[in-house]
Amino acid sequence: MSNPLFQQHIISISDLTRAQLELIITTAEQLKHAAKHDALKNKVIASCFFEPSTRTRLSFETAIQRLGGTVIGFDSGTNTSLGKKGETLSDSIRIISSYADAVIIRHPKEGAARLASEFSSVPIINGGDGSNQHPTQTLLDLFSIYECQQRLDNLNIAFVGDLKYGRTVHSLAQALSLFNCQFQFLSPSALAMPDYILAELNERHVNFQTCNNFEEIIPQADIIYMTRVQKERFDETEYQHIAAKYILGKAQLTNPKSNMKILHPLPRVDEIDVAVDETRYAYYFEQAKNGVYAREALLSLVLNQSLVKG
Amino acid sequence: MANKLMVEAIRTGTVIDHIPSGQGIKILKQLHLIEGKQKITVGFNLPSKNFSFKDLIKVENRLFSEHEAYQLALFAPSATINVIEDYKVIDKFKMVIPDAIEGIFSCPNSNCISLTEPVKSYFSVKQTNNAIFLKCKYCEKSFNKEIVAGV
Ligand SMILES: [Zn+2]
Repeated sequence: MSNPLFQQHIISISDLTRAQLELIITTAEQLKHAAKHDALKNKVIASCFFEPSTRTRLSFETAIQRLGGTVIGFDSGTNTSLGKKGETLSDSIRIISSYADAVIIRHPKEGAARLASEFSSVPIINGGDGSNQHPTQTLLDLFSIYECQQRLDNLNIAFVGDLKYGRTVHSLAQALSLFNCQFQFLSPSALAMPDYILAELNERHVNFQTCNNFEEIIPQADIIYMTRVQKERFDETEYQHIAAKYILGKAQLTNPKSNMKILHPLPRVDEIDVAVDETRYAYYFEQAKNGVYAREALLSLVLNQSLVKG
Repeated sequence: MANKLMVEAIRTGTVIDHIPSGQGIKILKQLHLIEGKQKITVGFNLPSKNFSFKDLIKVENRLFSEHEAYQLALFAPSATINVIEDYKVIDKFKMVIPDAIEGIFSCPNSNCISLTEPVKSYFSVKQTNNAIFLKCKYCEKSFNKEIVAGV
């Protein structure tokens, strides 16, 4: 079976169709349960981290190694002479793309991945560009939701915490809006979902509500997607007051649906009490592990015209 | 004919007519018309058939570039441009809001990669109700047109 992602750049989650998202998710599922794969055998993949992001980098590099590929690259901007000699990103990418079969780029500036794709002779995978996009995070979120619910359609998804600055929340809501899900939003008012996202959801006729506390959310949620409210955004006393309201503990978990699962992009600080970890609802560590499979799926689809059998 | 009496006719140049009242001053600033050497005649709050009032700008010995036409389209989409030669209108066209604007405005996002790399800026244009938004191809942020144009 040929695939529509072969040799495609993966820059923004909004570039992907529902069918493409489904293809990545089902491939991730296959790869997770397959014994051994060599989908990236003889492939060299450049992992270019112009700013450090250890989890994302290790997750990508694990995915590459597990599929028999080779990684070249660097792990932070301070660790490379690129740019320091006055070279533009476009020139760096022109050269790196002549060495590798695909380039993963993480960059502190918004739009870096899109720009890189215009100068690269091989597929660019966006590993996060400033506050803009981080599509592989969204892919692993979608895969985790699919895995624990066995579907992506018609789910009640509650988003909790910092909905204003949390790019993972924005991308996930945009992606799930292709799947007829309903959303509940719970956040401090200063960190509410931005208007442009709400306008997009309205345009797509997505059903969403803003909620005031966990009690309004828990009984109907299939997924609770927690994010961190950053201390720096508030003064000390205000933060104490606010944080307490958005911390999920065992006590809040009254009357959840039996299929309900809690996700979090990690790292967490204190927004999910560790006591929740041992409940059947915690799914965030499995979710983090799924990052490897989502990235395996993406890389093998981008670099193989036909899907390799397990 | 009342307009003709109020605003002196020009031999060659461009007349921007049917500018919504109040936008004329913005257009003068936007296109840096006053900074040039051309003779400019303006009329504000002139009577109009379409609006109750309109603004009008006449610029002598000057044709508008594509760049300027786009800016005009953004700020006065209902305006018309008349090209004048020998006191006669030889060409007349209506403003059209473009689907995209390339290489004209810089991205207002100071952390956008397009500001430091050898690429042209590129915005897709989106109209909602009464507002026009420009979305940067690179950083994917949307801005209202005033912010992008820096007015
Ligand atoms: Zn930009």
